[in-house]
Amino acid sequence: MSNSIRVNCTKKNLKLIRDFVMEHLLTLELTDIQMNQIVLAVDEICANLIIHANSEDPTKYISLAISEHRDMVRFEITDRGLAFKRAEYKEPDLQEHVRVGKKGGVGLALVNRIMDKVEFKSLGDKNTCLLYKKIK
Amino acid sequence: MKITNEIKDATIIITLDGELDASSSVILDEELSNPEVMKFSKILVNCENLHYISSAGLGVFISHLQRFEDAQIKLIFFNMQDKVRNVFEILGLDLLMTIVSNYEEAMTIADE
Repeated sequence: MSNSIRVNCTKKNLKLIRDFVMEHLLTLELTDIQMNQIVLAVDEICANLIIHANSEDPTKYISLAISEHRDMVRFEITDRGLAFKRAEYKEPDLQEHVRVGKKGGVGLALVNRIMDKVEFKSLGDKNTCLLYKKIK
Repeated sequence: MKITNEIKDATIIITLDGELDASSSVILDEELSNPEVMKFSKILVNCENLHYISSAGLGVFISHLQRFEDAQIKLIFFNMQDKVRNVFEILGLDLLMTIVSNYEEAMTIADE
């Protein structure tokens, strides 16, 4: 089974990515909740890259590679869109989101709470997000 | 994502079938933005066949919550799968929204 997938930047491909992650993790015998959390975290990063970093431009691509290192699963997601500026990120205040009726801005909070380590790197025009999750 | 509605007096029951992600959540937003929805005093959301929700789906509910509260419309989720409920819990949304086990409980709370 291939451990990587490359899709163009349309939101419809998010389902493809989720199915790919799920298929890859099946052998790990995770609970429904664990599986869903990991799939969700990868989905959130990919959605951000497709929508915000690459403006849903179907001529652009994102890639996802999954690997296992001892008790850790590692997801490497790369693109060539706008780099994420982590220094400018603020954890969302949900009550404020409710008050003003804000739709977005909670995806990365989910990722940060689900994953054990989240890294963003940029080299030239290539951006990489690394997600790590302990599985045992 | 397939969304169906059932109307019982002042209650609208919205049944979600499928996955709510950044692609499909637009349909839910259109549904909840429909001015007709504001005519009901209770909105019950049947989540039995909601298999997945991402932040985009959560965001749709978050963005309408205050509007419903201001209009004294009760928004109640029921029959939610554990893995979906867990996503609400990760962000603490289960404390801001009403999530109950089943339809009967939802109707009881809605009538309070």
